[in-house]
Amino acid sequence: MATEFHNLQELRHSASLANKVFIQRDYSEGTVCKFHTKFPSELDSRIERTLFEDTVKTLNNFYAEAEKIGGQSYLEGCLACATAYLIFLCIETRYEKVLKKISRYIQEQNEKIYAPRGLLITDPVERGMRVIEISVYEDRGSSGSTSGSSSTTSSSGQ
Amino acid sequence: MSAVMISRKATRKWEKLPGKNTFCCDGRIMMARQKGVFYLTLFLIIGTCSLFFAFECPYLAVHLSPAIPVFAVLLFLFVMSMLLRTSFSDPGVLPRALPEEASFIEMEIEAANGNVPAGQRPPPRIKNVQINNQIVKLKYCYTCKIFRPPRASHCSICDNCVDRFDHHCPWVGNCVGKRNYRYFYLFTLSLSLLTIYIFTFDIVHVVLRSVDSGFVSTIKETPGTVLEVLVCFFTLWSVVGLTGFHTYLISLNQTTNEDIKGSWSGKNRVQNPYSHKNIIKNCCEVLCGPTYPSVLDRRGVLVDIPNPSTPGAPSTVNSNPVPQTTKTTAPLIPNEHTPEEAKPSIGATSPKEEKPSTPRDASLKSPSNPAVIKESAH
Repeated sequence: MATEFHNLQELRHSASLANKVFIQRDYSEGTVCKFHTKFPSELDSRIERTLFEDTVKTLNNFYAEAEKIGGQSYLEGCLACATAYLIFLCIETRYEKVLKKISRYIQEQNEKIYAPRGLLITDPVERGMRVIEISVYEDRGSSGSTSGSSSTTSSSGQ
Repeated sequence: MSAVMISRKATRKWEKLPGKNTFCCDGRIMMARQKGVFYLTLFLIIGTCSLFFAFECPYLAVHLSPAIPVFAVLLFLFVMSMLLRTSFSDPGVLPRALPEEASFIEMEIEAANGNVPAGQRPPPRIKNVQINNQIVKLKYCYTCKIFRPPRASHCSICDNCVDRFDHHCPWVGNCVGKRNYRYFYLFTLSLSLLTIYIFTFDIVHVVLRSVDSGFVSTIKETPGTVLEVLVCFFTLWSVVGLTGFHTYLISLNQTTNEDIKGSWSGKNRVQNPYSHKNIIKNCCEVLCGPTYPSVLDRRGVLVDIPNPSTPGAPSTVNSNPVPQTTKTTAPLIPNEHTPEEAKPSIGATSPKEEKPSTPRDASLKSPSNPAVIKESAH
């Protein structure tokens, strides 16, 4: 019984925010950027588990690619050091390139998969790379019975 | 988004950042508040090198080799660029949690702690994570309202949580963290080389010249030499020692903070889970690892978001032209940091918004909360 929205714009205009779900970082492999792929229970009725897990796994792969320490990163590091890091005024670092890919991917996922289900993913870079914030929207026209149960988290925290 | 555009100068995000940093060049430069010692560092380096170029270099270029001043110039430029890079860049500051994230974490903590009997102190907020088969404790930061990632620490001077926090260095006027540690290390390394270089060639110059014209007249002709030798002599011990210390830390993939606290030393303590147990690998990771981007977005433009659709709660939003980050200043747990002094740019508005918004928040909580949160979701 997920409410249907046709696109992101319609989502913003006709929906009201009911809840936010935060996917935390997974530190089991150290300080590399990786998020838990565990499916949160709040999204149970909103999206299929496999779609969600695919999104998070793809994001984790992107971050692993950005932080990979190998030949390319050594080359970039040594070349940059030789130019006293002035080269970064002209070219983009590998991490920045991957972050752009990530934001394009998130936008595409939002448009194709999440917005039609009344959800919106916020790019982790906007939250300090700490969490993946998923906003859950409810259609304004609905009676609010579902939002009543799911929005207790945001309003009763204090 | 049907935002009404008010025509006034765009506010950049750095102007509303909490914490005790100073920003220059419209957010491009980020430093700590106390910059006096940084100016001293600049003065010592530039002053000593100027004396070297003025007094020693002409003689050495002629009598020994012109490569000597050329190499000195290159080394000096490298030292300066590393110093400025360390001082002016974001060390890896973690932005504070927005209200929704903060309350989400609070709920998780309450759920984990269960019911605490009245009168008893609640248990400390610690999360245990397993990293490479070692248990590491993550502490909760009451100022930033987050569980600090591993190796992050809160700098009380800058009032920020910094990722892979090493130390706060007054000589560079900034924290040293994940993003600028390699610049800091290269600064100390190149400064050691520069100091040794100038010291050596000062001695060489004095010896060569004394052979021709005697020691006393050499000193009279180039009085700067005495000053340079003094500065270099005292600098040598501290900077070379510091470089050696950081080389040792890098080879073990440790931070100064961890070393001082003794996090990984001792038999009963956890072994360093971040070390690759291989000196070369550790050095490569720290010095040649990826260049992490800043997550602060200092130069992003803040959009004034008026609230046309829900007249019920405009007061909490319109009197609050700053983004929701400042709502964290009405803390769930009071702390000793008063946010007003950390934000001089909105000093006039923040006392106003603090007092009316907190009681209103409580009264308008249930009907208007979704609408208030909506603004930050833009």
